Amino acid sequence: MTRKQRRMTIIGGSLAVLALAAALVLNALRDSIVFFSTPTMVAEKHVQPGKRFRLGGLVQPGSLQRGDNLAVTFEVADGSAKLPVAYKGILPDLFREGQGVVAEGALDANGVFKADTVLAKHDETYMPKDVADALKKQGHWKDDYGAQASGGAKPAATTAQGNSQGAVR
Amino acid sequence: MIAEAGHYALVLALALALIQSFVPMIGARLRDPALMNVARSTALAQLLFVGASFIALVTLHVNSDFSVANVYENSHSMKPLIYKITGVWGNHEGSMLLWVSILALFGGLVAAFGNNLPLSLRAHVLSVQAWIASAFYLFILITSNPFLRIVNPPIEGRDLNPVLQDIGLAVHPPMLYLGYVGFSISFSFAIAALIEGRIDAAWARWVRPWTLVAWIFLTLGIAMGSYWAYYELGWGGWWFWDPVENASLMPWLAGTALLHSALVMEKRNALKVWTILLSILTFSLSLLGTFLVRSGVITSVHAFANDPTRGVFILLILCLFIGGSLSLFAGRATALKQGGLFAPISREGALVLNNLLLTVACAVVLFGTLYPLAMEVLADFKMSVGAPFYNLTFVPLFALLLLAVPFGPMLAWKRGDLLGVTQRLLAAGVAGLVVIAIVWAWTRGGSALAPLAIGLGVFVIAGAVTDIAERTGLLRLPFATTLHRARGLPRSAWGTAFAHAGLGVALIGIVCETTWNSEYIATMKPNDVAQVAGYDLKLDGLLERQGPNYREMIAQFNVSRGGDALSVMTPSKRSFTTRGSSTTEAALLTRGASQLYISLGDVTAEGAIAVRIYHKPMVLMIWWGPVLMAFGGVLSLSDRRLRVGAPKPARAKQRLQPAE
Repeated sequence: MTRKQRRMTIIGGSLAVLALAAALVLNALRDSIVFFSTPTMVAEKHVQPGKRFRLGGLVQPGSLQRGDNLAVTFEVADGSAKLPVAYKGILPDLFREGQGVVAEGALDANGVFKADTVLAKHDETYMPKDVADALKKQGHWKDDYGAQASGGAKPAATTAQGNSQGAVR
Repeated sequence: MIAEAGHYALVLALALALIQSFVPMIGARLRDPALMNVARSTALAQLLFVGASFIALVTLHVNSDFSVANVYENSHSMKPLIYKITGVWGNHEGSMLLWVSILALFGGLVAAFGNNLPLSLRAHVLSVQAWIASAFYLFILITSNPFLRIVNPPIEGRDLNPVLQDIGLAVHPPMLYLGYVGFSISFSFAIAALIEGRIDAAWARWVRPWTLVAWIFLTLGIAMGSYWAYYELGWGGWWFWDPVENASLMPWLAGTALLHSALVMEKRNALKVWTILLSILTFSLSLLGTFLVRSGVITSVHAFANDPTRGVFILLILCLFIGGSLSLFAGRATALKQGGLFAPISREGALVLNNLLLTVACAVVLFGTLYPLAMEVLADFKMSVGAPFYNLTFVPLFALLLLAVPFGPMLAWKRGDLLGVTQRLLAAGVAGLVVIAIVWAWTRGGSALAPLAIGLGVFVIAGAVTDIAERTGLLRLPFATTLHRARGLPRSAWGTAFAHAGLGVALIGIVCETTWNSEYIATMKPNDVAQVAGYDLKLDGLLERQGPNYREMIAQFNVSRGGDALSVMTPSKRSFTTRGSSTTEAALLTRGASQLYISLGDVTAEGAIAVRIYHKPMVLMIWWGPVLMAFGGVLSLSDRRLRVGAPKPARAKQRLQPAE
């Protein structure tokens, strides 16, 4: 086998593997990625029941209800819209009313969001980045959420950031 | 005083790194041995000063000196000593200091033990090493100084994030950094080779041990991080395809490819250009990982910082080094001479296939990690790419790779005999098929993929055993001969077998855990019994206890199986007053390779408690696999050390060159 043939074999093999990977990626992109929405976006876009997505917003104060066998329901709000969420299981350590939450699941026929995962990536000064960005975009960003992060002396500012580690899923 | 001394030591280290960046380079140009030797002393001095700076920060944390902002924000006087020390790198500034300390450590090691390197190569390598170091010293001093004082010192600190108050923090980040940063050595060697425009098999022989050391630590670091997440986060997951995990997986994949291609270069003097490119890419992925974790573009458990100036600074470093090294590569690579010929079916060919699949798998992970970020910036919508994506992309590619793994070491160099190898692997293949049949019959009606994957794992392990058996003539020759041969076998052959078998072990663990994991979630009152996978778990009661800097509620479970009492498990929930947050401490009961896992939820108004109980079959094999791989690496490394001194004539010739 000449050098040229050898090189062609290797290049051909590489292209084959690359094509395989590209096909796999394109195929996976069709149905395995999950989009992020807020309650407002859900209301505007008329998301189909059964289509998986991530719902982010604030847990509406007073909406948390615990049922039998670890069933919980609560509402996720983003200032202009609300969406009821049903979940069965143990809520993360950092789940609290009035604070940011991201839930993954799908709408059922009644318009209730059936979550199979609830993430609460925050502590008392922090909320999930997705939620904060979405709220900011809609103009519902309250100053007090960000006050500690943007104002204050340098040590205070890094303190608020230093806190952003509390991710529990 | 200590804080200022630490700060000053860091500034001195920067100054030394700047000298080291230029003087040896100029020395190599002028062929002046004195100037080139400057690299050695500055590298050692740099290590000394960074070490001093790091020890200063540790001392501040141990002494709970809250006049230093970093200590105030991440420590607490009541925190146990071990977490005071590990808390040093449990935050952005401290972990960056650890990063540069390890960088200086590797530079110092090259300086101290690189006596067999040609003088100009060593000068170039240490110079490149110093460029990286200078960039990161500047980054720390300008954007993330850990020694900043607070004007009015508070009395008490804000405590370390409770999730991080665990022994895992003592082991995981240093290990991971030894891996990440260790790849800087192969990067520096690659850049040095490009600058010198000369590269040969000896180059690969010098680079391989360093790559291997970094790879061993990265392997253990990733496995350790995975086990830590498994027991600490409280819901039994051990890999989330989180961007931060991907950030460590990508250098591992590229580094594994590099290990294998350096082998081809060392033995056959081929794949030179590719090996150089892989060295550059591996460290670039380490830098990318540092950027993803440190800049806060991705918010996750590990993202400590979200200060944009830091992100922009690291992005600049990233662009400078990746862009610069790739342009140098583009300009110089064609000048490197072509190496030896080989047929597509040969050991070299198998290693090329290994490299192809590993780099493509790495590219897939890179795509999955960056695609959501790119979409957010370009198309302004958010999405996440999680396990389903990687199951459809990464998993098939890796399955192909695993299928090929047993063939590689058995093919001959230059021209291999695929049919012969297949015949020799027949026993391994039959073992795999038998296991598939048994598992399939045993779990009738279940998923068809799981038995196939377990069979693949068995095939990989049996293939590794076959390789050793073939080499030692096991069952063919008298046992004494076999024993004699086994002793004479190069350590690297044993290393290969262990590392490859480790892959199979991990695969079996992963498949068993994900397929036959059983879960029980309910609220339990005292004296309630939960039945999971044949085990009876009786909740005896709840009790409260005061820890050093937390209060904890402990639930006591009596575990029995078929009426025989086995053990007592005590999961707990800790609430940390300083941060107003709580953590779940899961309880684990190991039975062989399987584990029972209990974590607690909230207490309801009626005094019942929410519990999550898992039975995870063969879960420990997931981490035994990487441990085996790392052990294989260590074996191979011990072989290498003996071999490094071998090609003396070549070395003597190169030594003379500067004097010409």
